[in-house]
Amino acid sequence: MKFSEKWLREWVDPALDTAELAHRLTMIGHEVDAVESHGTGLAGVVVGEVLDVKKHPDADRLSVCQVSTGDAEVVEVVCGAPNVSQGMKSPFAPAGTKLPNGVKLRKSKIRGVVSNGMLCSAIELNLGEESDGIIELHSDAQPGQPLNEYLNLPDHSFDLDLTPNRGDCFSVLGVARDVSAVTSTELKTLQISPVAPTIKDEHPVELVLPEGCPRFAARVIRNIDLSSRSPVWLIERLRRSGLREIHPVVDITNYVMLELGQPLHAYDCRLLNGPIRPRLAKQGERLTLLDEKQVELLPNTMVITDDSGPIGMAGIMGGLSTAVTINTTDVFFEAAFWPPEFMAGRARQYGMHTDASLRFERGVDADLQARAIERATELLISISGGEAGPLVDHVCVEHLPTCAPLRLRKKRLLQVLGTEIDADRVTEILVALGFDTTADDAGWDVDIPSYRFDIDVEDALVEEVARIYGYDEIPEATAIAETPLARASESRIDLNLVGNVLVARDYQEVITYSFIDHEANTQITGESSKLVISNPISSEMSVMRGSMWPGLLTAASTNFSRQQERVRFFEIGKTFHGSLETPEEVVRVAGLIAGDVVAEQWASPSQAVDFFDIKSDVVALLGMTGCAGDFSFVAAEHPALQPGQTANVVRGSEVVGVIGKLHPMLAQKYNLDKGALLFELDAEKTFAARVPLAESVSKYPAIRRDISVIVAEDVITSDLLQSAEEAAPAIVKSVRIFDIYRGAGVEAGLKSIALGLILQETSRTLTDDDADAAMAAVISNLEQNFAAVLRDKN
Amino acid sequence: MQSLSELQKQAEAEIAAARDLSALDTVRVKYLGKKGELTARLKGLSKLSAADRPAAGQEINKAKKALQEALNGRRDSLQREALAEKLRADAVDVSLPGRGLGIGGRHPVSRASIRIEKIFRDAGFGIRTGPEIEDDFHNFTALNIPENHPARALHDTFYFPGGNLLRTHTSPVQIRSMVEEGVPIRIIAPGRVYRSDSDQTHTPMFQQVEGLVVDRDVSFANLKAVLHQFVENYFERQAELRFRASYFPFTEPSAEVDVEWGEGKWLEILGCGMVHPNVLRNAGVDPEEFTGYAFGMGVERLAMLRYGVQDLRTFYENDLRFLRQFN
Repeated sequence: MKFSEKWLREWVDPALDTAELAHRLTMIGHEVDAVESHGTGLAGVVVGEVLDVKKHPDADRLSVCQVSTGDAEVVEVVCGAPNVSQGMKSPFAPAGTKLPNGVKLRKSKIRGVVSNGMLCSAIELNLGEESDGIIELHSDAQPGQPLNEYLNLPDHSFDLDLTPNRGDCFSVLGVARDVSAVTSTELKTLQISPVAPTIKDEHPVELVLPEGCPRFAARVIRNIDLSSRSPVWLIERLRRSGLREIHPVVDITNYVMLELGQPLHAYDCRLLNGPIRPRLAKQGERLTLLDEKQVELLPNTMVITDDSGPIGMAGIMGGLSTAVTINTTDVFFEAAFWPPEFMAGRARQYGMHTDASLRFERGVDADLQARAIERATELLISISGGEAGPLVDHVCVEHLPTCAPLRLRKKRLLQVLGTEIDADRVTEILVALGFDTTADDAGWDVDIPSYRFDIDVEDALVEEVARIYGYDEIPEATAIAETPLARASESRIDLNLVGNVLVARDYQEVITYSFIDHEANTQITGESSKLVISNPISSEMSVMRGSMWPGLLTAASTNFSRQQERVRFFEIGKTFHGSLETPEEVVRVAGLIAGDVVAEQWASPSQAVDFFDIKSDVVALLGMTGCAGDFSFVAAEHPALQPGQTANVVRGSEVVGVIGKLHPMLAQKYNLDKGALLFELDAEKTFAARVPLAESVSKYPAIRRDISVIVAEDVITSDLLQSAEEAAPAIVKSVRIFDIYRGAGVEAGLKSIALGLILQETSRTLTDDDADAAMAAVISNLEQNFAAVLRDKN
Repeated sequence: MQSLSELQKQAEAEIAAARDLSALDTVRVKYLGKKGELTARLKGLSKLSAADRPAAGQEINKAKKALQEALNGRRDSLQREALAEKLRADAVDVSLPGRGLGIGGRHPVSRASIRIEKIFRDAGFGIRTGPEIEDDFHNFTALNIPENHPARALHDTFYFPGGNLLRTHTSPVQIRSMVEEGVPIRIIAPGRVYRSDSDQTHTPMFQQVEGLVVDRDVSFANLKAVLHQFVENYFERQAELRFRASYFPFTEPSAEVDVEWGEGKWLEILGCGMVHPNVLRNAGVDPEEFTGYAFGMGVERLAMLRYGVQDLRTFYENDLRFLRQFN
C-alpha cells in the first residue's frame, strides 16, 4: 500500500516528523518498506506561462519562448522540448536556481540566444521517472506561484508492507485510524454528503447469487464530459500513491479506492445490455478484459454479466466491451462486496494481480459501498459535470459478514501479556481504534466495527491493546517452569555425532535439494518415484529424491569442474518413498569420495580411492553402535553401482545400506573421470546402539596361532571367517584375516588365506593342548565347509 | 724392556687416540687380551722372586685397572658420540605437513542449526521433528489458516497431486507434538521447509527452527525474555531487540523481532507470538487453562548474520571453496 504522507496528514496529523511517523507505523504492524521523497530541492522553481514560441534562428530543434513568471515580468528562454506551445503553463527554473540534481542554472547563450532559465521536465525536477517533454501544468496554475505551493510539495510516499489480516489498511482512511490510535491524535472525519439525484435513471441489478455477491451499490450518472483532465491535486495524490492519471472516471475510482479502501468499477452505461447479474462463470465462457487480454473463465470465478454474457471479472478487472473511454457520456458505477471466500486465489489462477483483487481477497468493509459511490459521484460531478441518478444499494443482508461483539477480560489480558496495563489506558486504546467500548470492573464489552472483520476472538483484542500500548513497553520476565528432564536414549546414536565422525575422517558436509530431476532419480534408484511435485520450480527440481546420491554426484561434478581434485562429501537428510497417499520419509546418511585417498602431499605417493577406503569409513560409523559384529557386507547389485564392487550393508538379516563404486556409465554422465565411491545408510536402522555390558579383563597372557589355508577363488572371505569363528571354542577371542595370497606355490584358481587366532582364558594360562584343540576344530570346519587345504600352521 | 709406567702411558695414549669402538677393542686386546702386553707381564710375575712378586703384582694390577677404566671411559664416550651421530642423521624437518587424512567440516547451515539447538537444549527444550511431506490440515488448517485464508497466498506452496504438500514452515510440528505428547510442552523443531520462490533472497528449500512452549501462565513477557536471551547467547554479545507488531494466523498477539545491528540499523531475525487459542483447541488443549508462545526463525538468516555470508544462494551451491571457510 503506497500513499502520500500529506494525504494521510489531512486525516490525522500527529506532531511527528516523517521518520518518526514511519517508525510508529512499522512498530504497530504496518512495516514501512520505503519512504520516497517528492519535490525536494524545488526552491526557486515557479509556474511559468509560455506567452510566445518562436523557432530558434540557428537551431531546428530549439524554440525561443517568452515566459511570464507573474508580476508582468517576461523572460526569454531557449527550450528544446518538442511539446512546448503557446499558452502552456510549465514549471520554470530561473537562472540562479539549483535543480534537484545539484546543478545550478546560469544565464547562458545557446547558439547566440540568451536563455534566462529553463522550462523543466519531470525528470529534471525529480517528479517522475519518464517524460516526453516539459511538464504541462493545469490552466489553474498561476504564473509566478512557487511550484511547491501549487503541487502541495514537498511530500513523501510511504510504501507499507501490510499483513494479510489488515485489508482495512489498504486505504488512507484505515492507516489514519491506526495512526490516530497510536499517537492519540484526533482523526478528522471526512464529510461525505449524499449527492441528491437530479435524474431518475437506474440500471437494474439482480443479486442472483447473493452468497457470492451480497451487496452491489450502484448509480447511473449521465451527461458527463471527460474532455477535461482531473485536477492537479488528485493526479498528484494518485502519482504519489503509485497510480497514473488515465481520465477522470478511472482517476476517481482509483482515488476513492485509495481513500476509503473500496474498489469501484465504472461501466459505459450505454453499452450495457439488460440487467446486471453477478454470478459464477460457466465452463467455457470467455471474456476480453480491459487490458485487451482474453481469458477463459473458470467456474469458480464470480463474474458480472448482462444479457450479452460476462462483462467483468468480479473484483479483479472489468471487461473491454463496456469500458469507459474519454468519449463516454453516461457511466454506471459499481461498488460491490465480494466475499473473500469467492476471491481467494482467483486472480492468481489467471496469473493476475490487481489493486482490486488484492483488497477483495484480504477483505473489504461490507458497509462501505454506498459511501464509496457517494464519494465518487461527488468527485465526478465536480470534475466532469453530469447528472446523478439515485444511489441504489442492492443488498442481501443475511449473506453479509457480521462482527460479533466481544468481551475482553482483565484476567485474560494479564494472562496472555504477563503484565498489567492500566484499565483506563485499555479503554482509551479500544475507543481510539474505533471500537464502541463499555468498561466494567472485570473487563470490557467491545463492539467491533464492520471494517475490523479481523477481530474475531478475545485474544485479537489483546493484540490490539498490546500493539497500540507498545510491545516494547511490556517488560521481559523469565518464566519459572518445572521442566522434566529430557529423554536421553543411549541406544540411539545422535546423528550430529555421526556427522562429526565423518568430519574427523576428512568429509565435508553438503546440503543438497530434496527435490531433484526425475530422470536422474530414476537412473540412480532404478525406480520411478511417484512423489512428483505438481508445481515445481523447474523440471530439475520436480521429484522427491529416493536417494541422496544424485545430489552428492552433482555437487562432486560441480566441484571437479571448478578445479577441485578430490572431494569427500556427506549429507544427512531425508529420502522419500512410497505413494502420494502414504509417502514415507527415511532419514539417511550418505557419502561420496572421489580423487586421491589423501590430499596431494610430499609424504605419500598419490593413490586413488577404492572400495576399501570408503568401506573403512562406513565400518567406522558402524563401530559407533558398539555392535560392529552385527553388520556384514554382502555382495549385491545396484542400478547406480559397478557390478562386482557393490555390497549391501546388512544388519542381522536386514539391509540397512548400500556401498560401492559408481557405475562407469554414470561416472561419465556426471563427468567424474576419476570415478567415485558411494555409501548410503538408513539412519534409523543403522544407528541403533548397544548399551555396553562390561566383562572382566583376563590377567593371563593371550596366545596367537596362525594358519593358512588354500581355498577356491570363489570362496567369500567373510563367510570363511564367520565359519571359523563359529567353529572355534570359546577360548578363541578373535579370528582375523591377515593375508590373502595368490601366486607361486598356490595353483591358479585358488587362493591362500592366512588367519590369526587370538586365544585367551580369564581364569588360567592356556596350554599348548588347549591351543591345538582349538586349531583342530577350526581347521576341520574349514576343510569340511570350504574344501580348504592346510598350507601352513604355527 | 719398557718400564711399566711407560707402557701404561703408551696404552693410555692409544686409548685416547682410538676413533671408534673397534679401534678401541684392538687397543684392549693389545694390552689386556690373552696375549696382551700387560697380560704377559702378569704372567711374567712367576719368574720373579717370592719377595718381589707382591709389590710388582700390585703395580701391574694397578696399571691394569687404570687401563680398564680408561678403556671404559673411552667406550662410553665413543658410544655417546655414535648415538649422537645417529640421532643427528635421524632428524626430520618438523615443519613438513603430517601424513594421511585431513579434517572435513560441517555445512554452515548445520553449524548454525546445531548451535541454536544446543542453546535451547541447554535451556530445557526438547527437540522434535516432523514429516516434510505434510497434509493440508497440519500445515494450514490446524494452524488457523483455513482454506481461502489470504495468508495461504503468501506461502507459495509446493503441492502434490491429491493435496499433500511440502511443508512451508516447521509449525506443523507444533500440532503433531501437542497431540502426541500433550501439554505442558517445551520444544524446538528444526528442519527443512519449502516454498516455491527462487531469487537472490530466496531458495526453494531452506531451514527453520520452530519453538513452542505451552504451560500454565506462559505470557508474552516470557516470550520476550527467552528470545532476548537466545539472541544474546547466539551472537555472544549484548543485543537490543525490537518487537514489532505483525501477523501470523497461528499466533495472537504476533510479533516480528528485529535485532539492532549498528548505526541504528535493525535487522529482522524471527517471527513469534502467543499461540492462537484456535491452534491450542485444534491440538486438544484448553486455551483457558494453558497459554503458550511460539517462534520461528530462518537458520540461513541467522547463519548469514553470524558468519558474514552475503549471498543466501551460496549455501546450496556446495562449492568447496565456500564450505571450507567454516571448517
